[in-house]
Amino acid sequence: MEFDSIINLAYVIAATLFVFGIKMLGSAETARRGNMISGIGMLIAVVVTLLDREILDYKWIVAGLIIGALIGGIAARVVKMTSMPELVALFNGFGGLASLLVAWAELEKIESLGWQLYTGQMGTPAQFSSFVIYLAMLIGGVTFTGSLYAYGKLSGRVSGRALVFGGQKFLNILLLVAILGIGVVFTWTENLDTASSLFVIGVSLALVFGIMGVMPIGGGDMPVVISLLNSCSGLAASAAGFVIGNNVLIVAGCLVGASGLILTVIMCKAMNRSLGNVLFSGFGAASQSTGDDDDREPKAISAEDAYYVMEAASSVVFIPGYGMAVAQAQHVVKELAELLEENGAEVNFAIHPVAGRMPGHMNVLLAEADVPYEQLVEMDNINPIMPTVDVAVVIGANDVVNPAAANDESSPIYGMPIIEAHNAKTVFILKRGQGKGFSGLVNKLFVMDNSRMIYGDAKATISAMVNELKG
Amino acid sequence: MDLVLLFFIFVLAAFLGLELISKVPSQLHTPLMSGSNAISGITIVGAIVATGANGDGTAGMILGLLALIFATTNVVGGYLVTDRMLLMFKKKGK
Repeated sequence: MEFDSIINLAYVIAATLFVFGIKMLGSAETARRGNMISGIGMLIAVVVTLLDREILDYKWIVAGLIIGALIGGIAARVVKMTSMPELVALFNGFGGLASLLVAWAELEKIESLGWQLYTGQMGTPAQFSSFVIYLAMLIGGVTFTGSLYAYGKLSGRVSGRALVFGGQKFLNILLLVAILGIGVVFTWTENLDTASSLFVIGVSLALVFGIMGVMPIGGGDMPVVISLLNSCSGLAASAAGFVIGNNVLIVAGCLVGASGLILTVIMCKAMNRSLGNVLFSGFGAASQSTGDDDDREPKAISAEDAYYVMEAASSVVFIPGYGMAVAQAQHVVKELAELLEENGAEVNFAIHPVAGRMPGHMNVLLAEADVPYEQLVEMDNINPIMPTVDVAVVIGANDVVNPAAANDESSPIYGMPIIEAHNAKTVFILKRGQGKGFSGLVNKLFVMDNSRMIYGDAKATISAMVNELKG
Repeated sequence: MDLVLLFFIFVLAAFLGLELISKVPSQLHTPLMSGSNAISGITIVGAIVATGANGDGTAGMILGLLALIFATTNVVGGYLVTDRMLLMFKKKGK
């Protein structure tokens, strides 16, 4: 008994360290220390668990820890900074899968012990155990395949577009009803053979549901989905905590679930849309451009001509979007920024909260290119000074600078806070082609009198400007 | 285990989590996600017990071992990646 108390006491310490860790991750000065503190919490939790009296054999535990640590350690070390988003999504999926497997292992344990012995040990009703096993499996499974699919979208292995087909919503509702129905029967059945078969069906449906859930969500909405999946991986762990009756899992998982939820809300607010709208609307799939009576044509300009304007500018703001990530242009952008500064201009980067495909995507890319973070300005701080900016350079961003969001009530993105690039004296828009943004909307910024399009690969365009400036 | 107590803990942790972070600068969105994701690897605790407490070669042990490998990857990789990212931010701050 006393031994268990020591373990539980250590779990309390671990949970406390997680609380401090997450708290410190929320602020720039303390973030790195916060991560280490939560890491120490994790180490404590793992070490005291090894003392658990239930454990009969250590060889597989050691093997599992070594294999996992090697895979995780190597992946974390060798991955390029630019691939960070997909790696985080992948790890997130692994967390979900682990929770699913823990729930499954518990079911196997119940099968080998029989309900009577098991409920005697746990001191909880059989229905409760069944319910939380199913719940942990469900959330874990959806998190796993959802994250894997998100990983595929982020790494470009599958198309980033929203996939919508006829009857998709109906199919999803059917799937959900089936999952819940099986869950109810699974929870109430006393027969372990039935439970076992139902569980396997439940697992397959949950895995399919994870994919189906992410499928209709377009690239620009990915930041919301990624943070939601992050939240789910925490909830899965928390549910697994209920399965094995372990406090530290419940607390830590719940903390992650809550912080992920906050991030999700921040992302939704940055798009002025509700979570339900993001998840179920299939936004951006159909390219239904709104009735637009503006027939002005965008005016193109060459990189060389743009350079003359840039050279004369005393303040320049770069507005990066997903296109910068695709073109891997962050290093040349940084070079251009430095040259402009030497030339006497004030250079800033305006970061929209949902620019890119995951929360903070642009910050990671620009930090990788050594852009000083004093130059990274958040949306709310850059907009008031936008009218004083000589040149705003939009690099592969579209919806986050679409003025329709501010002044066209009929626009689907009306109300979404944007970076007001259109208020700058001159706007250069670097774009691969004449296609529409992810939302499929016409961007009025492109046809405004102070706007000039520079078509072509962003990296090549910026490089050309850099060469002009150097030459 | 007292069920009510478990729920009590869960609810308190949820409110604590929601109050913990109010305004996160966008610079920290990715590290916060990645760092909290590492914490969600706490399932590792359940995986260790499942691997060690079920008899050798049983289905429970094999599932536990798989869970352990994935959870450990999540934990170790998650913390290291977050640290690498934050180090990169830090360097720039000076």
